[in-house]
Amino acid sequence: MGQLDFQGKQIEVDDDGYIINLGDWTPELAQFLADQDSLKLLEAHWEVINFLREYYQKYQIAPMIKILVKEIGKVMGPEKGNTKYLYELYPGGPAKQACRYAGLPKPTGCV
Amino acid sequence: MAAKLPKPDELAAGIDFRPPKTGWMDTPVELKEGMFCWGAKEKNLKAVSFPNARDWSPKEKDWKLPENWQRIVLEGMADRLQKYRSFKLFMDICVRCGACADKCHFFIGSGDPKNMPVLRAELMRSIYRREFTKAGRIMGSIAGARELTLDVLKEWWYYFYQCTECRRCSVFCPYGIDTAEITMMGRELTNLLGLNIDWIAGPVANCYMKGNHLGLEPHTITSSVEFFLDDIETLTGIRIKPTFNRKGAEILFVTPSGDLFADPGTYTAMGYLMLFHELGLDYTWSTYASEGGNFGFFTSNEMAKRLNSKIYAEAKRLGVKWIIGGECGHMWRVLTQYMDTWNGPADFLEVPKSPITGTVFDNSKSTKMVHIAEFTADIIKHGKLKLDPARNDHLVVTYHDSCNTSRGMGLLEEPRHIIKSVCNNFHEMPDNTIREYTFCCGSGTGLNASENTELRMKGGYPRANAVKYVRDKHGVNMLANICAIDRATLTASMDYWVPGVKVTGVHELVGNALVMKGEKERTTDMRAEPLPGKEGNE
Repeated sequence: MGQLDFQGKQIEVDDDGYIINLGDWTPELAQFLADQDSLKLLEAHWEVINFLREYYQKYQIAPMIKILVKEIGKVMGPEKGNTKYLYELYPGGPAKQACRYAGLPKPTGCV
Repeated sequence: MAAKLPKPDELAAGIDFRPPKTGWMDTPVELKEGMFCWGAKEKNLKAVSFPNARDWSPKEKDWKLPENWQRIVLEGMADRLQKYRSFKLFMDICVRCGACADKCHFFIGSGDPKNMPVLRAELMRSIYRREFTKAGRIMGSIAGARELTLDVLKEWWYYFYQCTECRRCSVFCPYGIDTAEITMMGRELTNLLGLNIDWIAGPVANCYMKGNHLGLEPHTITSSVEFFLDDIETLTGIRIKPTFNRKGAEILFVTPSGDLFADPGTYTAMGYLMLFHELGLDYTWSTYASEGGNFGFFTSNEMAKRLNSKIYAEAKRLGVKWIIGGECGHMWRVLTQYMDTWNGPADFLEVPKSPITGTVFDNSKSTKMVHIAEFTADIIKHGKLKLDPARNDHLVVTYHDSCNTSRGMGLLEEPRHIIKSVCNNFHEMPDNTIREYTFCCGSGTGLNASENTELRMKGGYPRANAVKYVRDKHGVNMLANICAIDRATLTASMDYWVPGVKVTGVHELVGNALVMKGEKERTTDMRAEPLPGKEGNE
């Protein structure tokens, strides 16, 4: 457990750096988290983050990678609908890194 | 953030079997990052009314224990010694012969003497002797007894969450001491103080509130299955229409939720769907009993029972005749050895009888639940499926026996019969690493988190080593298994130790080989990889 000092507010995060209260999330916070990995969030990154957040709203869980791949392929064109492209965007892994920026909790269980 | 993982050659070279110079009681525990999981979060403990719910970190000195923690542990121990005859017996009878010492995957992969099953058990026996035997009370350390201090408690926690309850050691014990049961007791006792790990507590809370470990809601489950159905249609041209929560179905199907939401288990789930469709089986999925696995089993007997109860409850509500369970490991230890006495008798169900072959599964007379590998092996044996094993010719397969299905229920031949029927290239790993001697994946019992990856890779080393042997000798490139935890964890340990070997469930291989009525010509396997001889077609 830890705390992030962001815009004069204390944001609670877990041991892996995921925010605890999903209501704390703002687009600025996403960029702030990305800054710590020296990553500038571009439009392509936001496509992923926005999809993750929409999916989470609807299903209360982060999507499977292959659902993400299919969706990004639909939105960004088939040449980008693959895991390689997603790993180029998020070298820490689309599931882990992108979910952390998107303010989603880490999935658990037999995964 | 988790500790940095050493490279495979560094990790292997770092295994040191020389014990420390000091005796084990005088060697204080050092909690090494990468070797343990994060502590259970308050919200997850609270969700199931587990004691001492609070946020805590094993890295901090203060574990936020209740003031009377010693009394809680000792009373908990007294209670369990009385309740479980096996626990009392296992505390008393070990002669420390050491037959188990080098059989544990964690010892082989770490060289840490406290990972010898005999010494791991001794961590608890020493307290048992001090508190519950006259010799220990009077003679103290001479009789192998010691006091329950905070350091001892931390040592318990560290090592009872470095055992996967795989029971390989028990196979070699001349007394048949089940070290898994000692670890189970160790975990129950730490659980009384809120000292569980979050990778277990999270799924337990999810399962209690939403019916499965991942916390999949009913519409998430159906949408996930729809996604598989799209892929199956692309592959075969056939649109399958399974049912959910259907009253009056003959069979209820229950599988680990990992199959629905984590690769490569999802391909196994596609295999189930294709097989059941082809057989025209009168069955239903449930979005309520939507978890075959049981992480409650890694916290306490009571919690495991509570989470298990929904399987029979749903079978009764839907009015099915019997139950098929999917490819999972610990799920089957729970189902075959506990479910009937916990939540049975399921006298409202019938003794399972295959509607396809007429085979009566007498071995499931009491539980009314059949493992899908038994079900499918029987179908294949009776020649009821059209199979084209050449569709798996790009794969050279070996089979990993899951600890719980092999040692916990003796399911050894059925998965092999299936694999040999649907694949042309199959090679066994060395004899002392398969069947009842199988090595654990290294990450069972809820230790499949990410912050403890070093522990997982150490524990996964012996299994990976046997896979490497058949990869180098026979060109094996696919490791088959019948467990959802295996599918997730062996993928990581193969990438680390034996790159190039992928992981699959047995029913994915079935799905590949299954010739379905009215299907179009397949050009790829279920993973959209080109089939042998069809490489140019995509």
